[in-house]
Amino acid sequence: MTDFDPVIGLEVHAELLTRSKMFCGCAVVDSTAAEPNSSVCEICSGMPGSLPVINQRAVEYALRVALALNCSIAETSVFARKNYFYPDLPKGFQITQYEFPLATDGWIEIDDPSAPVSSKRVRIRRVHLEEDTGKLVHRERHSLVDYNRSGVPLLEIVSEPDLGSADQARLYSLSLRSLLRYLEVNSGDLEKGVMRFEANVSLRPAGSVELGTRTEIKNLNSFRALSRSIEYEIDRQATLLRSGKPVAQDTLGWNEEQQITVSQRSKEEAHDYRYFPEPDLPPLHIDETWVEQIRADLPELPAVKRARFMSEYGLNAYAAGVLTAERSTAAFYEAAIESSQGTSPVKIANWLSGDLFGLLNEAGVEIDQSKVTSEALAGLVALVETGQISAASGKAVLDVLFAEGGSPESVVEKEGLAQVQDQAAIRLIVEQVLSNNPDQVSEYLAGKPALSEWFVGQIMRETRGKADPARVRTELDAALLALNDQEQSQSGR
Amino acid sequence: MAELTDLSMLEAASALRAGDVSSTELTRACLDRIRAIDGDVHAFLTVTDDLALAQAEAADRKFKTRPGEELPLVLGIPIAVKDVLCVEGVPTTCGSRILEGYRPPYSATSVTRLVEAGAVILGKANTDEFAMGSSTENSAYGVSHNPWNLDRVPGGSSGGPAAAVAARMCFAALGTDTGGSVRQPAAFCGVSGLKTSYGRISRYGLIAYGSSLDTVGALARNIADLAPIFSLMAGHDPLDSTSVTDPVPEIRLNGADLRELRIGVPKEYFIEGLQPEVETAVREAIDAFRGMGAEIREISLPHTDLAVPVYYLIAPAEASANLARYDGVRYGPRRGPGKYPDDYFVTRGELFGDEVKRRIMLGTYALSAGYYDAYYGQAQKVRTLIKQDFDAAFKDVDLIACPVAPTTAFGIGAHGDDPLSMYLEDVFTLPANLAGIPGLSFPVGFDSDGLPIGMQFMAPHLKEAQLFSAAHTYQSATSWHTSWPEL
Ligand SMILES: [Zn+2]
Repeated sequence: MTDFDPVIGLEVHAELLTRSKMFCGCAVVDSTAAEPNSSVCEICSGMPGSLPVINQRAVEYALRVALALNCSIAETSVFARKNYFYPDLPKGFQITQYEFPLATDGWIEIDDPSAPVSSKRVRIRRVHLEEDTGKLVHRERHSLVDYNRSGVPLLEIVSEPDLGSADQARLYSLSLRSLLRYLEVNSGDLEKGVMRFEANVSLRPAGSVELGTRTEIKNLNSFRALSRSIEYEIDRQATLLRSGKPVAQDTLGWNEEQQITVSQRSKEEAHDYRYFPEPDLPPLHIDETWVEQIRADLPELPAVKRARFMSEYGLNAYAAGVLTAERSTAAFYEAAIESSQGTSPVKIANWLSGDLFGLLNEAGVEIDQSKVTSEALAGLVALVETGQISAASGKAVLDVLFAEGGSPESVVEKEGLAQVQDQAAIRLIVEQVLSNNPDQVSEYLAGKPALSEWFVGQIMRETRGKADPARVRTELDAALLALNDQEQSQSGR
Repeated sequence: MAELTDLSMLEAASALRAGDVSSTELTRACLDRIRAIDGDVHAFLTVTDDLALAQAEAADRKFKTRPGEELPLVLGIPIAVKDVLCVEGVPTTCGSRILEGYRPPYSATSVTRLVEAGAVILGKANTDEFAMGSSTENSAYGVSHNPWNLDRVPGGSSGGPAAAVAARMCFAALGTDTGGSVRQPAAFCGVSGLKTSYGRISRYGLIAYGSSLDTVGALARNIADLAPIFSLMAGHDPLDSTSVTDPVPEIRLNGADLRELRIGVPKEYFIEGLQPEVETAVREAIDAFRGMGAEIREISLPHTDLAVPVYYLIAPAEASANLARYDGVRYGPRRGPGKYPDDYFVTRGELFGDEVKRRIMLGTYALSAGYYDAYYGQAQKVRTLIKQDFDAAFKDVDLIACPVAPTTAFGIGAHGDDPLSMYLEDVFTLPANLAGIPGLSFPVGFDSDGLPIGMQFMAPHLKEAQLFSAAHTYQSATSWHTSWPEL
């Protein structure tokens, strides 16, 4: 049986979070929530005689992304008209960039947790600007058109076919999402349709350099649909090829219900978009000093930050990846370290990515909206690490901080969670537990050392978890040893 | 005083300032004249009586409340607007069924600038459908008639505006010129018509035909009347990315010394098929300039004969995209069974006229995969050659003088079903659009049938001032522009 290597390239469409649309002054609104056609003018609804004007902020955002993707910026790029008819396309053409895109030839390193370092470099073929279309709302017997989304700036990021699996494709798109959020140009909110994917998939015999016939899966709106559809398409093509049948070049859609790809367009309907330069817009000239200004203002990007977190804070690749996936998380983490006065950054990372993330996810709260401040988290970890409270109490304190805010010290005090450190007090409880459980003591002395854990549990229960476990263990061991000695001397007598 | 409508625009402006007449009186006079004769001429598609009278009243108030102030010369002057320019709330059809009943939610920048200066909008004037034609015979709402001879066309596509000015139903009119659509009807109707440089006047609200060729222009009874209209409309508009930021020149009409002027006469414009009376009249006008001291030089524009094929690739290609929005979804009537895409086919099939469909198909073909380079791409290259012809010529001359059209106004139906012979009507006017340079058409005589003959001046890009001063000097010395059709 022949083995095949999948060859996958992605086209990612990302809406840009500008205040106004690409070619008019209308506000960019959440098209899944706003009143239909409430942010529409003669330009974005394609009224006769209206003309487009380029939104410079959209160009700036696009340049941020292109630079972060290590692209070459075209000194002159050209908008073109892509002609086709559809009711969500008010002018009968989309203004996009075709022959001369804004930026080309970049790359991104994707964060692959299975690899020791982010090691997979994916080449970016081009980055260009265009306008989004409106939306059709289908009713029983008719369709309605909403032009709120029409003319929203859209960035198209096209990769080279450098991805070798559905998982890599997913990681690549996650990395892009993270990057776009870092650059504050896209919310990354896939449910609102602000990022959409198209995947080109082909197979070739393992080791071969010649590319196979590719299919294009359009309109993928979630990471799940992206990886499922690619997996499905790889299987489907492999089955065809193994049985000696050719793969037909095709445009496919993803049927979410049946989890299969379906052909969307036959050859007869193949579009000729008749691209030609948009005569209403002069070529877009990008000033070199502007580019350098934008480059200088770029934030530290996820891959760089991740590497730094590993070397500077001693995090492993996975933890560093988790903490740098969002700019806000990374900022929170570093603020916590700053205010911690020497607490291990690894411990802070564990509390942040484990316990606090769990609470945030459960409540659906963003980290910058959390009542737990970075200072409070750092203080909490310090209390646990210095043994002033137990780890279990630490979690209880975090729950309170998460619900009510405040400082960990005040919570500890209010809830009486301070750890019992008093050696004599602990010794008393140990002796009490041993004398209350003579059967277990006998069993232990008869040769069941595992019971010592059971004693620890009993003692912690007595102290309601407030005893320092290390001290408990010391006292327990001493007491048990004394009992043992006692018994030996008795039997030897 | 003679009929109010016999006044030129500047005479009317003086009368307004002198208090001899009110804008309301001027406006009523125009509206009365439209009612009296437009049944025969059919220059207007929509007459906006109420709007016009309201604007006239506002103008009169301004004259009363701000006497002695320097007010815009168009204040209180009734004008017509070609029906391809948007006027907010006023039906704007482009002479097409596909925009029947459409009322734009905004006004064209050119219109807004005049309205803000106090011009009075009388109504929307007839045009070939989407400005595609040279006679108004392609208007879906019927042909306009030439006021000099009602059996003749007024030219096109700004035939309605030209006829309205010539028949003295308005003092001036806004037109548009994509391949000669202001200049040729001005010549056919014996009025003065300005095609501005590409980028000089905002195209915002000019319903696009060929975006890289479309320009806003104006028609009036003489050159001097055109100047204030031009000055008001010209200048950068942030809503049109192709509008230039260069300052608008001051138009000086007095005391031009033609002895400094070098006029080029391109030999390629005096060709076989040129009506002899047209050639004679144009040459006599050129002689008159020589007589006033101008230096006349024969020049060559060697790629002139390629202008027609180049234009009929570029304009239709752009039109094929510009007219894609007329799908019946958002405005205009919708036809068909009520589903996609059938409604598109039926709406566009039934509501576009033949010439529009012909050009959409031509343009679609020229842009098709596999043909783009041979047609659209090649046409752009030749367009550059035509531009270079002018660049070279303007190194030696200040203006180029030539006929506007090969003939005087032809009979309605004369070109019948022969679109190609109609296309050749534009042979002398297309090059200026391809090169983006300004042109001015003004009357220089009559043929034996009593039909006006026009001459055209062309100037380098943004040099409208040169056109004005030379042509005005000619009109100061001649009287062709003061003859009116009997109507
Ligand atoms: Zn808008």
